[in-house]
Amino acid sequence: MNDIWGAPITANLLTGFLGSGKTSLLRRLLRQPDLSDTAVMINEFGEVGLDHLLIEAVDDDIVLLDSGCVCCTIRGDLKDALLRLYGRRQRGEVPPFRRVVIETTGLADPAPIVATFAADPMLKHHFRVGNVVTVVDAECGAANLHLYDECRKQVAVADRLVVSKIDIAGPGKSARLRARLAAINPTAEIIESSEADDAAAALLTHDVHDEAKRPDEVRRWIAAERLDDDLHQHDDDQDHTHEYRHNDIGALLLSADEPLDWAAFGLWLSMLLNRHGASVLRVKGLINVVGRDAPVVVQGVQHLIHKPVHLDRWPDDLPRTRLVLIVRGLDEKLIQRSFRAFMRLEIEAAPPQELVSSA
Amino acid sequence: MCGLCGVFGVSEHWTDGPDASRAEAQHRVAVGNDVLAIFGLRLAEWSGRYTLTGPTGGSVVVDHFGSLWPAAERLAGRPCDPLDPNVIAAAEKRSGLR
Repeated sequence: MNDIWGAPITANLLTGFLGSGKTSLLRRLLRQPDLSDTAVMINEFGEVGLDHLLIEAVDDDIVLLDSGCVCCTIRGDLKDALLRLYGRRQRGEVPPFRRVVIETTGLADPAPIVATFAADPMLKHHFRVGNVVTVVDAECGAANLHLYDECRKQVAVADRLVVSKIDIAGPGKSARLRARLAAINPTAEIIESSEADDAAAALLTHDVHDEAKRPDEVRRWIAAERLDDDLHQHDDDQDHTHEYRHNDIGALLLSADEPLDWAAFGLWLSMLLNRHGASVLRVKGLINVVGRDAPVVVQGVQHLIHKPVHLDRWPDDLPRTRLVLIVRGLDEKLIQRSFRAFMRLEIEAAPPQELVSSA
Repeated sequence: MCGLCGVFGVSEHWTDGPDASRAEAQHRVAVGNDVLAIFGLRLAEWSGRYTLTGPTGGSVVVDHFGSLWPAAERLAGRPCDPLDPNVIAAAEKRSGLR
């Protein structure tokens, strides 16, 4: 069913550190005709005026679920605001918006926001989480990434990274920041803010939920594999694995030529996320499943794995499992070894490869 | 139990897979038992769900693989950690890799 009432509403997160230019980007996004049926949720009405009918304010109210799991906090205020907005839509008090953009505060951790959608049956039924867009300021971004865990986490969970204030920072500083961003999150597309006007709507509308756009989206994830070669040309003599220090975030690639048993893969990943979900910031990739010609697309944020979807064919005609994990403070060597043991894969002669690491 | 772990967008769990046949259910139980044996636990199919039985005979019903691990840790009385070198070594041994 594709009518405007029956289709799930896509919820996008727009995040970024303090002063990175989130609201300016949001204002430009809302001018795009493709996004005219978008509702907006913001924490505070800032200095940049937003001329939009569908704006709801959200207060900070973080709720820890009974489970006591630290990463399973949800945003009670956000849940209430979303349900209120949805109720108004159902009663015809506001236009039947098809998308909601949630602009977070600069210090917000995006994970509880995503968790909010999964925790409430009503939200789970009526909404789906689309792209997470993170704005990083080219002038202060590198320093913020160095100093603030929140900033690194916002980058790690992003599907799109928008680099702002390039005119102030200059090309050299901007290029270094882009390299740093790619090291933390090689699966996210990096767009310069100046390009964002042309591509503004696509930041939100091109996502893995869109069947037509899905192959392109997935191609970008597995292209991250190339970074592996680039990085390791420089350190061939070194052991590629290491334990990320506390709060260090880096990406690693799990790969397998042999098809995987879906049940065994599900058991292993759910066991990993049950114990280490707070440290597995993102999971994205393609699984070559026994008995299936087409790849299965798996992606998630921390504990939360989206419902897997299929591609009609392998985007690069290479039927091979490739799963990128963006992790914090976990021992990559153990992850690689555990994956191979539980998937019953032959142990590789070469040391497991670290895709990217960042201090 | 963590009310959120692994569940997203649907009432089922992401690990369920498209095949709801009896043969697939039996296969999933067999795969589950292979892994759970490392922790001294056993899985059985029960009316579209699973029963998980611990080393002392205590058992619980779990809906899907997402709610399995928190229950498994309670029954086993220890973490089920796939990054624990001893757990990995046990998995390698069962797989005939070491």
